[in-house]
Amino acid sequence: MKHCLVVDDSRVIRKVACRILGDLRFETDEAEDGAAALEICRRQMPDLILLDWNLPTMNGIEFLRALRREHEGKSPVVVFCTTENDVAHITEALGAGASEYIMKPFDREIIESKLAEVGML
Amino acid sequence: MDGADFDFLADLLRRRSGLHLRQDKLPLVESRLLPVAQRFGFREVASLVAELRHGRETIAGAVTEAMTTNESSFFRDKHAFEYFQNTILPMLLARRAGQRRLRIWCAGAANGQEAYSLAMILDDLRLPEAGWTVDLHATDLSSAAIARAKEGLYSQFEVQRGLPIQRLVRHFAQEGEQWRIAQRLRRMVSFRQFNLLDSFGWLGALDVIFCRNVLIYFDMTTKMRVIDRLADSLAPDGWLVLGATESLAGASSAFAPVDDVRGVYVRAAQANARMARLAG
Repeated sequence: MKHCLVVDDSRVIRKVACRILGDLRFETDEAEDGAAALEICRRQMPDLILLDWNLPTMNGIEFLRALRREHEGKSPVVVFCTTENDVAHITEALGAGASEYIMKPFDREIIESKLAEVGML
Repeated sequence: MDGADFDFLADLLRRRSGLHLRQDKLPLVESRLLPVAQRFGFREVASLVAELRHGRETIAGAVTEAMTTNESSFFRDKHAFEYFQNTILPMLLARRAGQRRLRIWCAGAANGQEAYSLAMILDDLRLPEAGWTVDLHATDLSSAAIARAKEGLYSQFEVQRGLPIQRLVRHFAQEGEQWRIAQRLRRMVSFRQFNLLDSFGWLGALDVIFCRNVLIYFDMTTKMRVIDRLADSLAPDGWLVLGATESLAGASSAFAPVDDVRGVYVRAAQANARMARLAG
């Protein structure tokens, strides 16, 4: 079973995302900011990270850069999931090593489509 | 709406578009036609049908459109596009290297996602720079769908279904909360309202026809007639791409299925010639 870490400061979003991921047969873990997410990754690296941009203490892009500094390459697969929906943010995310980008609001179909794009389904 | 209304509608739609409407589609008909009824100032679908019986052409047109417009998404049934990109296109580029011309038709283009998905694949190859002419025709029965397709403007939801983020950045420009396909790609596709029951000789000899999830709306007689005419308008070595769940089994001997890719067909004569080569 693949392991996905959902990083979002909204408990509701984490719950919705985890339910969809659970249905898609992912084991899920949650973090409410980048610092907590990084701690989880140091303990046990997930296969996939669903990552919000705007987070307290360490935001999504800072987290991603820190993660890629510690672990180079494409793994784990990082998919942004954020209300930031402009080309500048998307380009910055891809440049920092994200594989896909979901613009909120999302639904089950979008999560499925994007996970299929990154070969996670 | 009662049974007589339904029969009247079914007959009208069959005559106008070849659409074959079964009795169990009544709830779908109600839900699709209620907005149309309201647009013409009626409270219920039954009143719309009553008016339709007097032969109001604008209403008949709107009803036909509402019943035949389909949902779509970019790169829907991904394997068909992968087959087009990885198998059909390389073969075509080799076979047509002399005349440097490709002719592709999306029959049943809906809101344009299929045609633009093909345009994105073709755009990556920069064919015009290499002296190629690409005719990419896209038609749909619905003039509203064609108007939307020409606009090339899609919601944030639509651009997140089937479309990789790199393609969104590369081939679209953001307009507020929506995304518009690049003008370069819009110019590649010639959109036109068209009824598959009418003659399509004007399209000439095509290399690839995408006719996905269209024939399923026809009754068997209409379906067979359309398939024969599709065969006539396809180059002898061309491809017909249907929906992944569609089959021509029992409907036509003009085509033969290809490889293990569901919904992809070649002309039967071509398939026989290949078998003969393999056997010889």
